[in-house]
Amino acid sequence: MTDSKYFTTTKKGEIFELKAELNSDKKEKKKEAVKKVIASMTVGKDVSALFPDVVNCMQTDNLELKKLVYLYLMNYAKSQPDMAIMAVNTFVKDCEDLNPLIRALAVRTMGCIRVDKITEYLCEPLRKCLKDEDPYVRKTAAVCVAKLHDINAQLVEDQGFLDTLKDLISDSNPMVVANAVAALSEIAESHPNSNLLDLNPQTINKLLTALNECTEWGQIFILDCLASYLPRDDRESQSICERVTPRLSHANSAVVLSAVKVLMKFMEMLPKDLDYYGTLLKKLAPPLVTLLSAEPELQYVALRNINLIVQKRPEILKHEMKVFFVKYNDPIYVKLEKLDIMIRLASQANIAQVLAELKEYATEVDVDFVRKAVRAIGRCAIKVEQSAERCVSTLLDLIQTKVNYVVQEAIVVIKDIFRKYPNKYESVIATLCENLDSLDEPEARAAMIWIVGEYAERIDNADELLESFLEGFHDESTQVQLQLLTAIVKLFLKKPTETQELVQQVLSLATQDSDNPDLRDRGYIYWRLLSTDPVAAKEVVLAEKPLISEETDLIEPTLLEELICHIGTLASVYHKPPSAFVEGSRGVQHKRLPPRAGSGESTESPDVGQSGPSEAPPAVIPSQGDLLGDLLNLDLAPPTATVPSVQPSMQMGAMDLLGGGLDSLLGGDIGGSPSMGAGLGAAPAAMPASLGGAPAVGGGLGDLFDLGGGVGMPTGSYVAPKTVWLLAMKAKGLEISGTFARRGGIIQMDLSLTNKAMSVMTDFAIQFNRNSFGLAPAGPLQVLTPLSPNQTIDVSLPLSTSGPVMKMEPLNNLQVAVKNNIDVFYFSCQYPLSLLFVEDGKMDRQVFLATWKDIPNDNEAQFQIKDIHLNSDVASNKLQGSNIFTIAKRTVEGQDMLYQSVKLTNGIWVLAEMRIQTGNPNYTWMCWRRPHVRECVSQNDSPVIS
Amino acid sequence: MIGGLFIYNHKGEVLISRVYRDDIGRNAVDAFRVNVIHARQQVRSPVTNIARTSFFHVKRSNIWLAAVTKQNVNAAMVFEFLYKMCDVMTAYFGKISEENIKNNFVLIYELLDEILDFGYPQNSETGALKTFITQQGIKGQHQTKEEQSQITSQVTGQIGWRREGIKYRRNELFLDVLESVNLLMSPQGQVLSAHVSGRVVMKSYLSGMPECKFGMNDKIVIDKQGKGGTTDEPGKSGKQSIAIDDCTFHQCVRLSKFDSERSISFIPPDGEYELMRYRTTKDIILPFRVIPLVREVGRTKLEVKVVIKSNFKPSLLAQKIEVRIPTPLNTSGVQVICMKGKAKYKASENAIVWKIKRMAGMKESQISAEIELLPTNDKKKWARPPISMNFEVPFAPSGLKVRYLKVFESKLNYSDHDVIKWVRYIGRSGIYETRC
Repeated sequence: MTDSKYFTTTKKGEIFELKAELNSDKKEKKKEAVKKVIASMTVGKDVSALFPDVVNCMQTDNLELKKLVYLYLMNYAKSQPDMAIMAVNTFVKDCEDLNPLIRALAVRTMGCIRVDKITEYLCEPLRKCLKDEDPYVRKTAAVCVAKLHDINAQLVEDQGFLDTLKDLISDSNPMVVANAVAALSEIAESHPNSNLLDLNPQTINKLLTALNECTEWGQIFILDCLASYLPRDDRESQSICERVTPRLSHANSAVVLSAVKVLMKFMEMLPKDLDYYGTLLKKLAPPLVTLLSAEPELQYVALRNINLIVQKRPEILKHEMKVFFVKYNDPIYVKLEKLDIMIRLASQANIAQVLAELKEYATEVDVDFVRKAVRAIGRCAIKVEQSAERCVSTLLDLIQTKVNYVVQEAIVVIKDIFRKYPNKYESVIATLCENLDSLDEPEARAAMIWIVGEYAERIDNADELLESFLEGFHDESTQVQLQLLTAIVKLFLKKPTETQELVQQVLSLATQDSDNPDLRDRGYIYWRLLSTDPVAAKEVVLAEKPLISEETDLIEPTLLEELICHIGTLASVYHKPPSAFVEGSRGVQHKRLPPRAGSGESTESPDVGQSGPSEAPPAVIPSQGDLLGDLLNLDLAPPTATVPSVQPSMQMGAMDLLGGGLDSLLGGDIGGSPSMGAGLGAAPAAMPASLGGAPAVGGGLGDLFDLGGGVGMPTGSYVAPKTVWLLAMKAKGLEISGTFARRGGIIQMDLSLTNKAMSVMTDFAIQFNRNSFGLAPAGPLQVLTPLSPNQTIDVSLPLSTSGPVMKMEPLNNLQVAVKNNIDVFYFSCQYPLSLLFVEDGKMDRQVFLATWKDIPNDNEAQFQIKDIHLNSDVASNKLQGSNIFTIAKRTVEGQDMLYQSVKLTNGIWVLAEMRIQTGNPNYTWMCWRRPHVRECVSQNDSPVIS
Repeated sequence: MIGGLFIYNHKGEVLISRVYRDDIGRNAVDAFRVNVIHARQQVRSPVTNIARTSFFHVKRSNIWLAAVTKQNVNAAMVFEFLYKMCDVMTAYFGKISEENIKNNFVLIYELLDEILDFGYPQNSETGALKTFITQQGIKGQHQTKEEQSQITSQVTGQIGWRREGIKYRRNELFLDVLESVNLLMSPQGQVLSAHVSGRVVMKSYLSGMPECKFGMNDKIVIDKQGKGGTTDEPGKSGKQSIAIDDCTFHQCVRLSKFDSERSISFIPPDGEYELMRYRTTKDIILPFRVIPLVREVGRTKLEVKVVIKSNFKPSLLAQKIEVRIPTPLNTSGVQVICMKGKAKYKASENAIVWKIKRMAGMKESQISAEIELLPTNDKKKWARPPISMNFEVPFAPSGLKVRYLKVFESKLNYSDHDVIKWVRYIGRSGIYETRC
């Protein structure tokens, strides 16, 4: 057999020859001709002109020829829809063939012919094939439903194929089950809200049974489907985990990874103190390590996933550092990924080994790899304090090699080390200065300039060094320009006598000759600062800088959770949610981890939502990835800093100015113009609004809130005294007074019913009108005994927030109807908004940051609360009682600033900054996420605090 | 799921192109060629995203296989499938080359039609596929009804990797325990890291549908039996059992049974396949010990002495021994003296390569070399890469022993005793390095 000859015909007039051959009488010749056609098709030649001739060959009992013709049909039917109809008859006939292989072939091919007219004819044969006696035909038909759905979703629904497909989940043949699951999962993806994959314990059980019996591919389909199930409780979760764990020993890495996905997800539901939880953790490590002995491409996929797993649950692989050591023959993509994981796993226990390895890597050939290795050494220094000294000396050794890119990378990381350990390693500055001329990358230049500016008083010729950069000021990148401006201002403040000329030069360069608004603005700020109050300028520019954080490049927690749900898939390889690279409706659904089990979670890794009210006190050190850094940095940092792969050092450039500088500037004039702080904190319009917490409903509702006024209804952990809502004279003797309370996460309406009439009252019932937050009674009004005259009865009515929603005026107005045996009475009352603050309103720090940045200007409001004598801790605790959570706290010039988050029952988040001036007991709240709610909330707050 | 599958030659000409999904157009074929095959740069990732289309590729010799998709597919599955596709093609027509692919393009299209449906991998076991797709065209047209349903039940069945009705006159099976031992040792002889990755490869020529049970000296199993107080003959020398860190199995092995009872039972495929893979890190027998001694004599001379000691039973013979001693870049000349084998300085590889054909256990051998260096003003010190070694030994460095492989075939009249069984152990060096 030498079919390769079919590839070589390139002469002209070929089509005609083929036409003749296709119509030949001889079977062999026909077959040869079809092969030639397919070969031409493969290399991209247009052979659609032969359509009728090829289709004529379809009526044959030669299966090989038939398959070739089908292949042709699948390719060209779309371009010749009318002629494709000619084939229908054969398909329909083949679907009735005695041979199951032919029946399956026909139904399989027919699904691939994407011509509307054909799909109509497909329905009947498909229906039969779905119920075929032969499993081979059924498994093919199951996939065909997905094909048909892709062409014409409505048709599939109308014809009831979905139900038949669901029935196939209970098929006796495991492969049919697997294909049905695959088809259903795919169809369900394009109907995010349908309950198509109606997973319940019974179907799950069927799937788990089929899991043991079907092919490796089928196991993957089933495991991927299982991962989208949400177990009812931890026991079900555990029993599924137990039945999935054997898959971890499968030779197919995809089966292993999909099993890992299911386990990682369901583990969330297991209580941490459970023995099984620990067992499961231990079981996960070996298979993950084994994945690293697979072929390189799979290793890459595995490593990208391990990167996620290590961030989510570092404890799984913490003892396995060695397996991530880079091998000489690893492909570069594997090397880079391994390096990433090594840094994540680096700890005091293994740092010596890690450093030795990194030093080796820094002498390799691949530039990217070497750079990353150098950077990793710096990261180790920052992460493990004990190793800092060795890291620095290693870096110095590397600088001595004079390899250009190594030197530049080393300088960038040394700058970070200076930030982390001030006044410790400055002795190396001289060595760094020697390499000044060889730096040609903006990042390295900026880092070097920062170092010179920061340590200007220790570098004798700092002015000369900086002046040398100034010559080509306009050719530098923005990053370097900004850095140079700041560095020279620093220098001036440190050595004012010799450098006056220099600073004037740079200020005029920045403000007069530059087109860059960031640069100009910064220049003007400095200029004015220096000309109005040099002492203040010193305080601003040379202020203490916040520490930088140990872990960088962490994936944002909500994204991490989503990616964990996509283990093994492309999303986990790209580290992006599917919506970022998939078109259309598919994959846009955001997957979430199941809610976490309650106990003992606080020792957990960096995570969202783990904190209850009794959580550790808010961290005081704003680190690099932290509130202030980002908050103030954001809109002034050079544009490069917002590039996706945010490099730690880039942000710092802006921060040394802003982190230390502007906030103290702001701190100074809080009474005067606090709006400036808000202005800086506000996100630039270009930032994508990515607040996960606010669903679309929230937006709609938000508008309604605009009109809201508020009532100063006392609330919070204590319950306000009852007020009379319904007067006896208006309600035939029934007097109702009441108040609202939130107890243990449940909203309650406390009522006192008093009978001031002469006769007994019975048959009480209560109903609410639609209201802004969907408040509704969660149960009937429990008045069991009849209410005798002059008797008062106290009842507590639990409320839910799942009722119908309608805008009210004022916003927190609630219209109530109470019925008894006498009549129906109506009254309205107003509830405090803090009633709706939910217990899990503590936003993750990272999310808070991101959100804070996104707040548009006009969503902010501020106001003062006067005459309250509390310090920040007491206030913070009090507010926590009302579910207003303090996320971070810092002190600037005797003012305590609290950053707080609040979540409403309908998912709307409110973020706040609170300033407390110790001397002058004023509370300033500012910056609300949702402006609409602000008035309401504002008026509520004073009672909450006091 | 997989939207299309393309095979290219080294020039980027497409040899096979099969599109499964409508969202993949003909331009995808060109996009991959332009952006990956013809890219100037070295490949930076096996997954490439070009204009919202993801390409997964693997390379076999100079042939590119690329799977294309626009959805969030299971990436691990796609790669596993591509490897499987290579296995299937190799099983049908041997080496994957341009020549072979062109010669078998009709067959490849048939296979692709069968093992991928709408981008979903279907049964891809060669054993099953060969029952109805052959190089001489497709069987199935002149078969009886029984034969046809037998084929379909096999393709979809629980034992998709084996067909019914296999008959051998002589029932025979071969077990190979293949291990690669990896070591990183400090100059002082301290083990920095060591592990064995092993494979159990089985060739089975058995009639019918035999039920097999494989047993080895797995610590967990032995300890369990030990508690029962029945087995293990006392006085037997050497390690009784080994601790296995992790193992994976061919899909024929019943995993749930392994999970609960740790017993390895299966119905084997016919012919050669890999039954299991495993990894151990404890109590590894290191077949060779390398003792390096490097002395710098002045600035232009190095003296190197390396002793290797074999550390296994004297009756066994190691083969294909090769020691690679790196030399500095500024080496100008090398004099070597070795007691055994041949040694040569290879300037292009910057190393002295010392080869010994055979060496018995508990022996030692030595090489000494004088390396002359050119004076350089390069401040960078020589990094002293580790000395690496290659060898092959006739035992399993992990200590793994096959205890039994029992065969049960109830329907045919042969018993476990009638099966001729062969077991072989081969230990090879993986990355076996000693720092100097």
